[in-house]
Amino acid sequence: MTSARRRRLFMVMSVVFASGVAVALTTYALRQHINLFFAPSQVLAGEAPVDRVIRVGGLVVPGSISRDQETLQVSFEIADNIAAIRVSYSGILPDLFREGQGIVARGTLGPDYHIQAQEVLARHDEEYMPPEVADALKRTSMAHDGY
Amino acid sequence: MSQTATSAQRRKRFKPPLWVYKLASPAYFDHLAGRIIPWLLFPGLVLLSIGLVWGLAFAPADYQQGDSFRIIYVHVPTAALSMAIYMAMAITAAISLIWRMRLAAIISRNCAPIGAACTFLALATGSLWGKPMWGTWWVWDARLTSELILLFLYLGYMALHDAFEDPEVGSRAASILALVGVINIPIIHYSVEWWHTLHQGATLFKFAKPSIDPSMLWPLLVMLLAFALLSAANVLMRSRNDVLERRLQPDDD
Repeated sequence: MTSARRRRLFMVMSVVFASGVAVALTTYALRQHINLFFAPSQVLAGEAPVDRVIRVGGLVVPGSISRDQETLQVSFEIADNIAAIRVSYSGILPDLFREGQGIVARGTLGPDYHIQAQEVLARHDEEYMPPEVADALKRTSMAHDGY
Repeated sequence: MSQTATSAQRRKRFKPPLWVYKLASPAYFDHLAGRIIPWLLFPGLVLLSIGLVWGLAFAPADYQQGDSFRIIYVHVPTAALSMAIYMAMAITAAISLIWRMRLAAIISRNCAPIGAACTFLALATGSLWGKPMWGTWWVWDARLTSELILLFLYLGYMALHDAFEDPEVGSRAASILALVGVINIPIIHYSVEWWHTLHQGATLFKFAKPSIDPSMLWPLLVMLLAFALLSAANVLMRSRNDVLERRLQPDDD
């Protein structure tokens, strides 16, 4: 390699390295702000601001959904592995909403750790399978539970 | 004294193989591209038709999403290629900067529109899927935002490349932008692991068994290969055109 090419190779590597460091430091400084939502355990640990619009994401706790028979009012709990918080929402829920589904609720956090949601989005996991396979999986897991 | 002698010897010893020099010649590239393009284009078209029919008509519906999941057969290949083509664009940009190889600069420039088209398709199909599945067309999470930045990088690269009177200057400026943007590629890929996002984690590109049933996976792999072959064919066809155009201009070079 000639010295001119070597110098240019060094320049190219410096550009990539410098921009990498700059972006890494920026994203590290902004790490909580890049997260789309807080986990319920973060909310209960007091990391989420109160009386401001935030997003909270977790799995819908089975058996926690209570629907109003007259209106679209619905309330349910979402949880991560550590903690659960209650969400109230009035409106049409996404099709994927069900017990055990991951969801992201946008709303205001009240002082009692209760979220009054303005929007509820369903989160989809990365599993793809035909219905028969899903049924078979369900049956085997039930059979295991029976033992 | 002896140290400078050895480093000079070492410098002498490092020489790229002959085919690298041959590749840099426009006439040889024209010949080579002409031979390669049919082998990319026709298998690509055949695989695309097989993959589309297989994925859209014969693959089973998803247990949760029903038929809506079928958009994966366009979304995942275009999203994967939007990143792969960017890497090809950045590597050829680096080669053109370091070795002043004009052919590398031409290929780099022609990666941009194909990559931008893939990025746009990935964003558009994702948005179409997002509305019925998530409940929203768009959300500013890390995955979607970094993919949108990728689209702007492609558009910015093309704008910068063609913004100068002297094409050589434009090519160099755009190449530097392409290199700066490389950092976005790992961010796109790992965004779903590093941060809380609405977008799900990787189904295919991870160090584990793909979390998709084989009956749905095979048409996806066919589509991925088809898109890769067609993109490569497209970049080569465009580059060949540029090479010919430059050879027609006698005052250039």
